[in-house]
Amino acid sequence: MCGICGCGEGHSHDHEHEHSHEHGPAHSHAPGLNPKRMVQIEQDILAKNNRYAATNRHYFEERGILALNLVSSPGSGKTTLLTETIARLKEEVAITVIEGDQQTARDAERIRATGVPALQINTGKGCHLDAHRVGHALESLQPKHQSVLFIENVGNLVCPSAFDLGEAHKVVILSVTEGEDKPLKYPDMFHAADLMILNKTDLLPYLDFDSEACIQFAKQVNPRIKVLSLSAKTGEGMEQWLRWLKAELELQRIAYA
Amino acid sequence: MHEMSLCESILQVLEQQAEVQRYRKVKTVWLEIGALAGVEIEALRFSFDMVVLGSLAEHARLEIIEIPGQAWCLPCGCNVDVQQLYDVCPHCGSHQLQVNKGDHMRIKELEVE
Repeated sequence: MCGICGCGEGHSHDHEHEHSHEHGPAHSHAPGLNPKRMVQIEQDILAKNNRYAATNRHYFEERGILALNLVSSPGSGKTTLLTETIARLKEEVAITVIEGDQQTARDAERIRATGVPALQINTGKGCHLDAHRVGHALESLQPKHQSVLFIENVGNLVCPSAFDLGEAHKVVILSVTEGEDKPLKYPDMFHAADLMILNKTDLLPYLDFDSEACIQFAKQVNPRIKVLSLSAKTGEGMEQWLRWLKAELELQRIAYA
Repeated sequence: MHEMSLCESILQVLEQQAEVQRYRKVKTVWLEIGALAGVEIEALRFSFDMVVLGSLAEHARLEIIEIPGQAWCLPCGCNVDVQQLYDVCPHCGSHQLQVNKGDHMRIKELEVE
């Protein structure tokens, strides 16, 4: 992660996990040579990302910030859902947005047009945001206490599932044009998410999409997942989503107070 | 394709441990990869060979120990084997399964010199 952007270790604490020990040489060698030996490591491959994520989570908890990691395939309507959400919520609640895309600042520009601060992270060849980059984004964005931070991840139903960013919840957005079997085809993401939003419900009359089957598949992968259906375009179902957001923000604020 | 960044993380651990454990070259890396960890083993092998080029682990052998998936079935109150996250309990057919094994990936040990 530091290897990607070339910066220093920043806010990490790299000195835990050094409990490994040597087995010593498996067989003897002449003195002066470097014998082969075994070294036990026992370290989670994602340990470094998870340490950054823990730092981010602590940052959010200290400030009563509700951080949500929005994940989906490309074209599910994440950015439209965000701009519509911001338009309805920004008078009541301070909002900031981190936008993740491989290239371009188009999404951050769309968010800034709504009047809230947004920072674009271009991952280049990377297929997901990681907790280290989000930590740096927080340094420059400085989200307000008791606010909502949306992190719009790279459009990808696979890779972002493995990377904790320190968010309170992953929210997976699935548009009804994508087919109801996506939770089974991409189970890791639906397993990692706490809320599934079925978007573009205004198109249902023109499609063969089976909403009930889709919800069934999602619960099969993740029995705890909650589901909301809405159309960011027509506004149908947006009220429930806003109520969910406010309730979650309230939980963060109670812990903060 | 997040296998590439996983391999970058692995290399960082190898380089960091080289100072602590005083080795100059990594010959073999043993990884434990859970069946439910969302990792494509072939992609991981491919990425590993690319990522370690020119490093202390160039030409290192990658040994992968696959850890089977396991979940706690709430209705049955016991652990059951699962291959996929959408599997049902083989005893009662319930989806109320909580994964408790096989969703991690770890560097287990190294052969170094």
